[in-house]
Amino acid sequence: MASTGFPDQQLHGFRLRVWFCGFVVLGLFGTLATRFYFLQVVQHDHYQTLAENNRMSIVPVVPNRGLILDRSGIVLANNFSAYTLEITPSKVASVDETIDALATLIDITPRDRRRFKKLREESHRLERLPIKNRLSEAEVARFAANRFRFPGVDINAKLFRNYPQGLTASHVVGYIGRINDKDLENLEARDKLSNYRGSDHLGKIGVEEAHEAELHGQTGFEQVEIDASGRAVRVLSRDEPVAGNNLVLSLDLKLQQITEKAFGKYRGALVAIDPNNGEILALVSQPGYDPNLFVDGIDQISWDDYNNSPDKPLTNRALRGVYPPGSTIKPFMALAGLYYGKRTPATTIFDPGYFVLSGSSHHYRCWRSGGHGSVDLKKSIVISCDTYYYGLANELGIDKINEFLGKFSFGQKTGIDVEDEISGNLPSRAWKQKRFKQVWYPGETVITGIGQGYTLVTPLQLAQATAILANQGNTVKPHLVKAIQNSRTGETTLITYPTERPFDFKPEDIALVREAMVAVTQPGGTAARAAAGAEYAFGGKTGTAQVVGMKQGERYDEKKIDERNRDHALFIAFAPADHPTIALGMVIENGGHGGSTAAPIARQVFDYYLLGKVPASQIEEASDEEEHD
Amino acid sequence: MIRRLLARVFAPLDMGLLAPMLLLIGCGLTVLFSAAGEDGGKVLDQVRNLAIAITLMWAISLVPTQYLIQVALPVYVVGVVLLIGVALFGEVSHGARRWLNIGVTRIQPSELMKIAMPLMLAWYFHRREANIRLWDFLIAAVLLAVPMLLIVKQPDLGTGLLIASSGFYVLFLAGLSWKILVSLAVLAGAGMFPAWSLMHDYQRQRILTLLDPAQDPLGAGYHTIQSTIALGSGGISGKGWMNGTQTHLDFLPERTTDFIFAVYGEEFGLIGNIILLTLYFALIVRGMMIAYGAGNLFGRLLAGSLTLTFFTYAFVNMGMVSGILPVVGVPLPLVSYGGTALVTILLGLGILMGIHSQKKLVQT
Repeated sequence: MASTGFPDQQLHGFRLRVWFCGFVVLGLFGTLATRFYFLQVVQHDHYQTLAENNRMSIVPVVPNRGLILDRSGIVLANNFSAYTLEITPSKVASVDETIDALATLIDITPRDRRRFKKLREESHRLERLPIKNRLSEAEVARFAANRFRFPGVDINAKLFRNYPQGLTASHVVGYIGRINDKDLENLEARDKLSNYRGSDHLGKIGVEEAHEAELHGQTGFEQVEIDASGRAVRVLSRDEPVAGNNLVLSLDLKLQQITEKAFGKYRGALVAIDPNNGEILALVSQPGYDPNLFVDGIDQISWDDYNNSPDKPLTNRALRGVYPPGSTIKPFMALAGLYYGKRTPATTIFDPGYFVLSGSSHHYRCWRSGGHGSVDLKKSIVISCDTYYYGLANELGIDKINEFLGKFSFGQKTGIDVEDEISGNLPSRAWKQKRFKQVWYPGETVITGIGQGYTLVTPLQLAQATAILANQGNTVKPHLVKAIQNSRTGETTLITYPTERPFDFKPEDIALVREAMVAVTQPGGTAARAAAGAEYAFGGKTGTAQVVGMKQGERYDEKKIDERNRDHALFIAFAPADHPTIALGMVIENGGHGGSTAAPIARQVFDYYLLGKVPASQIEEASDEEEHD
Repeated sequence: MIRRLLARVFAPLDMGLLAPMLLLIGCGLTVLFSAAGEDGGKVLDQVRNLAIAITLMWAISLVPTQYLIQVALPVYVVGVVLLIGVALFGEVSHGARRWLNIGVTRIQPSELMKIAMPLMLAWYFHRREANIRLWDFLIAAVLLAVPMLLIVKQPDLGTGLLIASSGFYVLFLAGLSWKILVSLAVLAGAGMFPAWSLMHDYQRQRILTLLDPAQDPLGAGYHTIQSTIALGSGGISGKGWMNGTQTHLDFLPERTTDFIFAVYGEEFGLIGNIILLTLYFALIVRGMMIAYGAGNLFGRLLAGSLTLTFFTYAFVNMGMVSGILPVVGVPLPLVSYGGTALVTILLGLGILMGIHSQKKLVQT
């Protein structure tokens, strides 16, 4: 770079460059002028047709949303076409007066008004909002005749989402809802806004939300001619939308229905998995809700009913309910004892009815006050001996327990293919330090051994852990979507997940624990009554989780305790015993003992899944609902 | 006495700039009335904006160039500090962080940078006048890059590039060697190929949409499709004032601001467009003459950069509306509705007038 030391030379260089810039400006303005000439003279006729004689408009064409089917093809979510009456609030003088006037022509219920009010509060887009969906033919005709009286009010044919099963499997399917401001931001951030031009809805929860990308499809568009008043006259060209793909779930709807009915009045959750491939056969969370109410905006009263109910019908307990696992943790603890060499199948301990840590006087009591006497590993599971597991947990230490139980997906997300699963908690020293700024006490390890204390699991985790056991220690990610049907080609793509083996379990260890779990359902075991008369053998483990703490020496008396403070009943099971094809985990809230309330429901699940037997109480629909005690 | 004072006060108002400027403003108000749907309120608003902006223009034209030299560095530093403030505490609006709340009001520091950038770089080269070396261009490039990157990160790619171009004009006019310019251009061209292969599909799609808006008629391409229809249907003589169908049937988005030129072109046709181009050209030529004859290096560089920046706005806006440039948020100078951009543009013209009048003072 030469120094431009002489001002004159510098000035000269500058002026040359100004001249240069002047020519560039002239050239670029010339380009613009050429472009204007091209548009306004050469192609004028073309644009003239588009704009002046036939005014063109580009209208998005919303794709049909994919269907959701159960494993045998029964419809869980579909679409139907109906007329909807829509108001554009910005184009009417008074919304209330307009609605009053419309009410003289069309039946507008107080619920419609409430829903419309809520929609208006939530929506900041300048858009049409539905005041009434699913107009009858007569109503359409009456409005059409009076249309001139209602500027800013239109009738549109629209596709509506419908959930024909109603409450059944509502927590699995979820629902779609109107796109709100936050959804818009999310769509914009993911660069998907233009595909949602024209769409009013998207999946909000459940499979509808998690598989939105498959279900929505690709928006098409039409170039239409419109007249001066904006009404479409003729379609000039059309880019067809691509309908969303259909989802085939692994869910067995009939099994789901039977299970939900078997719960009766109880709250709780049950997840049933095919252990060989991770397919979820039933996923129950009771109570459920009616997803149809959410599709076009739920009205305030129905929303409050759901939201304020102490039964929490909107919470998916299978994925988001956390419970202490109680005694259902024992088969996994036993396996840990064998794995780390702390127990052999033959090792026996003496149970005097309590366990004492050396150097302490605290009695950790077994559920049976007199104790079980001499107990080996198999017996410890069959009779659910607490003392055996207090000692075992103490010998293993919290670090090994944490590591081992983690392999069974306890305390971590299973990776199920819907959103919002929570991980529960598997306590460790590090966790307690972080959470409470305290060291871990040996006594806390002792109660962890019987599934009490800080351990919290979801019903899905219980089911998954049982499935791993039933599949010889192999894991497959639990999932709801079994296949995707391409809407155009009809081609079905199966969704499968690889089998993994997180730990090198010894087959004979697993065989022993499973054998003990089968004995649980036979005479002498804690679930013997529920299994009586079954045409197949199955394995299980009962559990009970305290809702309120008991003082030392105090006795639990179910009858004296408020219903909501009763213990939760838990049960895990797999069937048939030899080559399991179904594994389940379940919790009955405030159900008391696992053997008496939970296990009979599991039996009904197995009876239907393995034998096709519908419970007697459900065949005679007219008869009173049986109480499960 | 009074007459001399008046003469002094009005002296900077250069007719060569003022005449095309007022004619352009007149065009702007006329088309705004039509674009706003015969809404006189918007026109009155714009007249108020104009009153403020013209007063500021006149005031700054009275400021001695010497004083501008003194404030260049502080103004630039304040601008950069405010931009950093935006990055840290800025308010998000429409997905971008551009505004800074300073208690009384919200400000948009990138707007200040449009003046501060040429001011700063002109000051820098003016100081190094006797001995400008390659090293100085590197320093200038850094001074240019810092605020540009801060603005691009907001994200506001359009404004960032425009401010970068205003700085680049100073570098170019200060004598950045052709060899370097050509190598930079070649490098940029060569860099495109690996960049393309590294891009995600959706990023490529975005670029393809810029090149061919018809690919995404519901999204990014919508504006361009509608504005070219407006221009094309205008024909040679236009549909006449307030008769633009595209405009009056609500097809044109942003028709009072960034896309007002489409309304103009639809209603006044090719003839109107050529008149508008001529007015812009006249104003730009006058600005370049001022740069050509300015009394010192600071004045030359500043005047040249401000003029070329003005040109860039006009060219980019008309190019985007007519579909030969990608859609970036750039208003049409002196015509689009909006106060902030108007103030910035007129401040620039005021500085030009000041540079010119002080050269006259020196000569007389």
